Amino acid sequence: MQLAVNILVLASIYALIACGYVLIYRVSRVLSLAHGELMMLGAYGLYATASLFSGHPWIAIGAAVGLAAAVGVAVYLALMWRMTGESVLAAVLATIALGILLRGAMILAFGTQTQHPLRDLGWQNASLDLGGARISAVALTLVISTVVVYGALALFLRASRWGIRMRAAGQHPLLAAQRGIGLHGIYALAWGLATLTGGLAGMLIAADAGLESTLVIIGLKAFPAALVGGLDSLVGALAGSLIIAAAEVLLIHYVDPLLSEVVPFVVLLVMLVIRPWGLFGTREELDRV
Amino acid sequence: MSGYFRVRYMQDVALLDTRTQKAWFAVFLVFLLAYPFLANALWLDLANQVLLASVGAVALMLLTGYAGQISLGHAGLLAAGAFTAGILFKEFGAPFWVTLPASAAVGALLGLAFGLPSLRLRGLYLAVSTLALHFIVIHAGAEYETRRGYSTGIVIESPIYDARHWYFALLAAAAATVLFSLNLLRSRTGRAWRAIHGREAVAEALGISVPRAKLTAFVVSSAITAMAGCLFAYFRGFVSVEAFSLYLTIQYVAMIIIGGMGSILGAILGTVFVVLFPYTIDAAMDGLGLAGRFSSVIFAVNYAAFGLAMILFLVFEPQGLVGIWRRARNWFLLWPFKQRPAR
Repeated sequence: MQLAVNILVLASIYALIACGYVLIYRVSRVLSLAHGELMMLGAYGLYATASLFSGHPWIAIGAAVGLAAAVGVAVYLALMWRMTGESVLAAVLATIALGILLRGAMILAFGTQTQHPLRDLGWQNASLDLGGARISAVALTLVISTVVVYGALALFLRASRWGIRMRAAGQHPLLAAQRGIGLHGIYALAWGLATLTGGLAGMLIAADAGLESTLVIIGLKAFPAALVGGLDSLVGALAGSLIIAAAEVLLIHYVDPLLSEVVPFVVLLVMLVIRPWGLFGTREELDRV
Repeated sequence: MSGYFRVRYMQDVALLDTRTQKAWFAVFLVFLLAYPFLANALWLDLANQVLLASVGAVALMLLTGYAGQISLGHAGLLAAGAFTAGILFKEFGAPFWVTLPASAAVGALLGLAFGLPSLRLRGLYLAVSTLALHFIVIHAGAEYETRRGYSTGIVIESPIYDARHWYFALLAAAAATVLFSLNLLRSRTGRAWRAIHGREAVAEALGISVPRAKLTAFVVSSAITAMAGCLFAYFRGFVSVEAFSLYLTIQYVAMIIIGGMGSILGAILGTVFVVLFPYTIDAAMDGLGLAGRFSSVIFAVNYAAFGLAMILFLVFEPQGLVGIWRRARNWFLLWPFKQRPAR
């Protein structure tokens, strides 16, 4: 039972992060390897607003979430729009470079010691009993917010005008542009949403386990989850996160705790050999010669 | 009649053709040989680092810059070479002349493993699969360290101690790598690599076996990289997985990006830039009087500045340093009689 809860919590962490990778890739065909750092920036945003609006935790959380979305839009406007039309490698490298820049800047701005944003908000992380298994209140919030985020995203992409535009831009940018969809606006929105969800994940993980540099590694480990499920499918991201989390938790429990770093990547490699486009992804033109 | 005419085929394939080029090359050679006797300890060490890194950078350039196969597993390959050397030395007391070919063999095998996904995957997916292999190699190295009780790393005794001797050893290694690469690139293999970089379908139609070209690219590049890893192990006298983080891969990729894709000269210029960069930052901080304030977080300053430099190159100078060099050379070609284009 405890194992199942652990898998569920880890899967929601991965899923909440992975939807950022999926959103950006689905809309603009760019893989953002700076997602872990952007996530951490979101968590530091909460840390900053928590001390700014001390005594008003809800205002602080709202401000931090808004800040995360603004950072995503700013990243697109400042850097990534220049990379449209460049080669895949150039765009990926630009995000890697951005990640390094952000990591350095965050250490300069916030120092290296572990922070506890939850304490700064003035809340306690209670431990709840859930039919024989223990789960912390923040972890429960994380599971719930993952469900809410995925529900909201599905609704947004299916029903809202902007969501439909987003899907159109992802399917065929040229045709979408000819129908009068402003691609830059759509891409900026995708970056904003991706950073918002990633930032949310960062805030919740930081609230649960403290805010330190390992957050970036969690962000990188969520990326196999997105790829296993299929880089352009939200359902796939959920499924991939469950698979990766289950493999990781079970192998750590039954085989060797040292495996945690490497398991997601082994699963990823197996998937790439068998079915490169992922479980639910659209099969891209991997024209074989 | 004036000018330079190639009248024999040998002249066409010569690496140095004009007399001016030969003269400049001789000057450069003399400089390289005299350098260790002119430089102080710090500059000698920097030169050693540049020479060592340039071997790996040239290898990556062959793979990414010429054959067009993206790899994010470079640190994993360096680690494989270093660990092969370390393990052979520690377990069997093997000398350098055994560990170097052994590293190359392990690198070639791993190159085959890294290359196999490239037969089905391209672009982004290939980058990701090599990234996954990086983590697996590093995990295997860490596993060995903990299992054998060398949790802090493996100490290797180097046959060379003196920095000046190291300089000549590394210079020989770098020169051999560059010469080998230049010659390989002009051969059938190298032309096949450029062809698959351009367009695979056309290359196939021209009679090039694309899988074979891809695999040779991976195997050759990985073997050289693993040898660079072996040299790295001896140079540092110490092998530990911490030295082979993802950041090292990024540094090597930055070397070829900043240097300029598709040019051996670019790989070397990029190496010089990336290796000297942290020292330049240090010097700049000293000059600005900020060194005291940021002394504890100097690595963070380095990170941020390095990321920024990479972004600036990607956005404003995709041709890299070699592009700047070519523009400067073309500008001086007709100097001072520059012709303005007629309007």
